[in-house]
Amino acid sequence: MSIITVNNLTKKFKSLTAVDGISFAVNEGEVFGFLGPNGAGKTTTINILCTLLSPSSGRAEIAGFDCAKDPDQVRTSIGLIFQDTTLDVGLTAYENLKFHAYLYNLDRRLAEKRIDEMLAVVELQTRKHDLVKNFSGGMKRRLEIARGLLHYPRVLFLDEPTIGLDPQTRNTIWDFINTLRSKEKITVFMTTHYMEEAENCGRIAIIDHGRIIALDTPAKLKQMVHGDVIHVITTDNQRALAEIQKTFSLAAREENGGLVLETEKGDEFIPKLLHSLTMQTLSVSLKKPTLNDVFLKLTGRTIRDDVVADSKEVTREFVRSHRRAQR
Amino acid sequence: MIQLRPIYVICMREFIKFFREKSRLLGTLARPVLWLFVVGNGMGSLIRPRAGFSYIQFIFPGMIGMTILFSSIFSSISIVWDREFGFMKEMLVAPISRLSIVIGKTLSGTLISVAQAVIILVFIPFLGIHLTIRQFFEVVAVSMLVSFCITSLGILIAARLTSFDGFNIIMNFLVMPMLFLSGAMYPVTSMPPALRHLTLINPLTYGIDALKHILLRNGTPPLGPEFPLLLDLFIVAVISVVMLTFAALSFRRKE
Repeated sequence: MSIITVNNLTKKFKSLTAVDGISFAVNEGEVFGFLGPNGAGKTTTINILCTLLSPSSGRAEIAGFDCAKDPDQVRTSIGLIFQDTTLDVGLTAYENLKFHAYLYNLDRRLAEKRIDEMLAVVELQTRKHDLVKNFSGGMKRRLEIARGLLHYPRVLFLDEPTIGLDPQTRNTIWDFINTLRSKEKITVFMTTHYMEEAENCGRIAIIDHGRIIALDTPAKLKQMVHGDVIHVITTDNQRALAEIQKTFSLAAREENGGLVLETEKGDEFIPKLLHSLTMQTLSVSLKKPTLNDVFLKLTGRTIRDDVVADSKEVTREFVRSHRRAQR
Repeated sequence: MIQLRPIYVICMREFIKFFREKSRLLGTLARPVLWLFVVGNGMGSLIRPRAGFSYIQFIFPGMIGMTILFSSIFSSISIVWDREFGFMKEMLVAPISRLSIVIGKTLSGTLISVAQAVIILVFIPFLGIHLTIRQFFEVVAVSMLVSFCITSLGILIAARLTSFDGFNIIMNFLVMPMLFLSGAMYPVTSMPPALRHLTLINPLTYGIDALKHILLRNGTPPLGPEFPLLLDLFIVAVISVVMLTFAALSFRRKE
């Protein structure tokens, strides 16, 4: 049974079409991912689903409620973890959670019980009465997840849940989300532009320029790229190119001072390749297909801006902390 | 439309933060000290007492008004902070009405301003003003009305301010002129006509005049109340309702 249904959803900002007639459905209990570069329309879609934006046309439903017409019903059914932290750093962990509990109209005793329960889940019980401004980035994220789950939502939205976090913390957060899913029956809808992160999803929609260009399981998506990628550098690449064409009838292409070829079972192909080439081989590397290759295949581009986005995030963090200090 | 628990918790958050930030409490006390005892004494040497009131006593109601002005504007501008630092989203995606958010912010801003106004009353013994219990409660009541009015104005501004960069403009072109053109430091009637007209459209003028009615009871103009008390209260009340209505409306549209 699908818990999120999106039908021909479009959002225009003046001349820009941020979301361009997308349709998809998410099943209950699924981890569904939106993968795409910055500016692809991921956050706009989330904002429509969580009732912060109204669509220009089309329809979005969560748990049977229309996002545009029944915002309060939808809001009660969802928990959100935004790209940027939305905690009040001037309050303690407990106070942030209590604030949330009261906004969602949990009664006092239930609120206290859930707060303790959720703090235990994210392993922050010992920091209950500490100010959030003293928390690390990973701790803040965990607290936000605890907060997002406090009112027992049916769908948890994660918008770039690990952006700006170091890889180690990123892994911890994911271990945590996966454990959580095994314990609670919850649907997760997430956006990301990190490939490794998208691998955690049951199904992925690849989105570019506001359109869904592919939607499937990570394994199936990767099958779109035919096999593994081998990168080989020889003393005479031109001649190697011709030999590969002749012996294996494989079209290699020149890239980065070497040759790139796609084949299935690359690990078994390499010995054959080395054996057949008549010139000296300087280096060989094998790469299993990633979602990035899928994206490259579909759009002719890699998921760009990764570096730029991260540095922008750092700048934003700097400006924030700087302003906070001035306050 | 109006949900009590969210309003309660929005207020609680502001109170907790107000009492946690010691610098804000300290600032509340420091600013009037500077005005009363430095400016008040300096200017006071130029202006001789009239109708039994000295200059320093004359500006005291204005200092309560000033405290309310700064506190109320600061409280409501916190909406812009909330937006800038993302916390506003936490409120906007919650199943509560925009009106509840506006009411919560207005109520907390008002109560914090009143608390600060009451704190200022500790200077009373140093000023030679006699204050009865009844007068004390009158001051609290008038402060509440004035705080409510200025907070509503602040929320109206905050709803329209998209970034924190506008804050300095608000301070220089709204808050400071409101203070200087309010009868807080010099009587309205003795101002040049152009300035007097501006003063007459400032709600703070009437709020401070109402406080003068209470604190400078037997004073006569220029160092005393200049308008009838009921007119003062009426004007502040009407402006409050207008401001809050516009604030609620523009908040709904904006967000």
